Amino acid sequence: MAVIEVRDVRFAYADRPVVDGVSLAVEAGEFLGLVGPNGSGKTTLLELMIGLRQPDSGSVSLFGAPAASATHGDRVGYVPQDVANAKNEMPITVREAVRMGRYPQKLVGRFSETDRTAVEEALERVEITDLADRRVGRLSGGQRQRVFIARALAADADLLALDEPTVGVDAESRGAFYDLLNELNEDGMTIVLIEHDIGVVTTHASKIACLNRELFFHGDPETFAETDALGDAYGDAQSILQHNH
Amino acid sequence: MVLLYTLFASALSTQTAVDRGVEVVLDDFWGSLMDALADVTGIDVLGFPFMQRAYLAALCIALIGPLVGSFLVHREMAMIGDTLAHSAFAGVAAGLFVNATFAVTVPPLLTALVVAAAAALLVQTLVDYTGAYHDTSLAIVLTGSFAVGSVLVTATDGGIAVGINAYLFGSLATVTRVNAAILLVLSLVVGVCVSVAYRPLIYITFDEVGARAAGISVTRYNQLLAVLTAVVVVAAMQIMGVILVAAMLVVPVAAATSVRGFKRSVAGAVCAGLFSTVTGVTVSYHYDVAAGGTIVLVAIAVYAAVTVGVRARHRLSVRRGTATTRTTTAPDGGSSDE
Repeated sequence: MAVIEVRDVRFAYADRPVVDGVSLAVEAGEFLGLVGPNGSGKTTLLELMIGLRQPDSGSVSLFGAPAASATHGDRVGYVPQDVANAKNEMPITVREAVRMGRYPQKLVGRFSETDRTAVEEALERVEITDLADRRVGRLSGGQRQRVFIARALAADADLLALDEPTVGVDAESRGAFYDLLNELNEDGMTIVLIEHDIGVVTTHASKIACLNRELFFHGDPETFAETDALGDAYGDAQSILQHNH
Repeated sequence: MVLLYTLFASALSTQTAVDRGVEVVLDDFWGSLMDALADVTGIDVLGFPFMQRAYLAALCIALIGPLVGSFLVHREMAMIGDTLAHSAFAGVAAGLFVNATFAVTVPPLLTALVVAAAAALLVQTLVDYTGAYHDTSLAIVLTGSFAVGSVLVTATDGGIAVGINAYLFGSLATVTRVNAAILLVLSLVVGVCVSVAYRPLIYITFDEVGARAAGISVTRYNQLLAVLTAVVVVAAMQIMGVILVAAMLVVPVAAATSVRGFKRSVAGAVCAGLFSTVTGVTVSYHYDVAAGGTIVLVAIAVYAAVTVGVRARHRLSVRRGTATTRTTTAPDGGSSDE
């Protein structure tokens, strides 16, 4: 079953198109890496996929329903851009943040034993139980990433959407982080990941989508390495840049 | 909010029942409690009915200010309180104007509430439209409503200018029985709303995009937060005054940011607020100085003391060479792992 189906989607900011006629499907259990030059519409496409934006034309379905229908709250775990670097002075603890994963299912009322177990298991799964009472704002970038993953796990999410999660994270933590993503993927989690480091994506993802406004490639990493999609996508960006001068 | 207005409308039509209710709460419960306290402690002031109402107001303000302010401060929306306070001033002026011109009696606090709530929704719409908490939008609403207020004040023969002073700078004497009753109801509304909407509000405060992805209606809760801010501002305005009321949304919260855990920091902020308002009201009475100003000064002193204390404790633990162990760096939940 396709978790996400994007059909001929177009999206523009004012009169500047950023996603133009993109169609692709993400199957359950897939690990899709979204690559492309800066400003190529990767973040916008990811936001369209999980219903944070409505397409100007075309359609996006998520778990078989329109993505923007806001009924997928507990099925999608979203790790926004820059969480690793964002300075958050809010005195919230790791456990409090991970508990939020249960909120879509329980906006009011006491947490049940199931809720509490889900939170503790999520902390355990990403190995941050020992950080549970620390402030999120005082953690390192890599630790903070794990808090957001744990929040998605606590929600029992089936889909993890990550937007350049390891920017500003040291190399060692990055490696461990991608190993964790692979483990979760093996356990059945569908993952869509935006990553600027193409080497990392081709190593860890099971499918690649190469984007620069239009979709230049969609297929497995091995084929991606053999095609000129990357050069085409990035070459385009360069010529656009030169036109602007 | 519609519910709130209907509640008020129906409440006003059943005046006698309201009077009885106010009597039970203010006299039978709060009055007797404070009288007993006055007897036990031997402090006469606690027995004076107007001071009893002032202390009641102090408790309410200390509770609801930090409760709502915690969400504002951590979203860097602190200035919205000041903006809504100035629109509440326009509301007070409108109420006094209507009373002076049309020979009716509308409590100015009610008109302030309506105008401030409308301004809250206006600010939120501007924010949604411009996409950020632009200083410019806030400044326009702030100065615009103050301008409306000042025009209304001078549009009559000057009779209401006297009344307006009390609202500008706040005063213990403005806490009449009616105002005390309104304050109690407003505090109850704020308390119930925040406890019901606590989870979506904390989610949005921590991670707005994530909250949207989780299917939480961010716009609706932002509007709720703005309107709640308006309610707090109007409630606290009587003692604090328009110009200083925003302090109760910000200063106690700032004093408690070193507490680890959001829930605990809210509790800490309420404690800081309670100390400030009760001390402020007491000092204000004894030395006959402005209550609002005294409360803000005490709150800032608490903030300064906590900040210095946390720094000193941190420095001490570093000097002892124990900074690397988590338990000793705990005062601010901090660590040196970055």
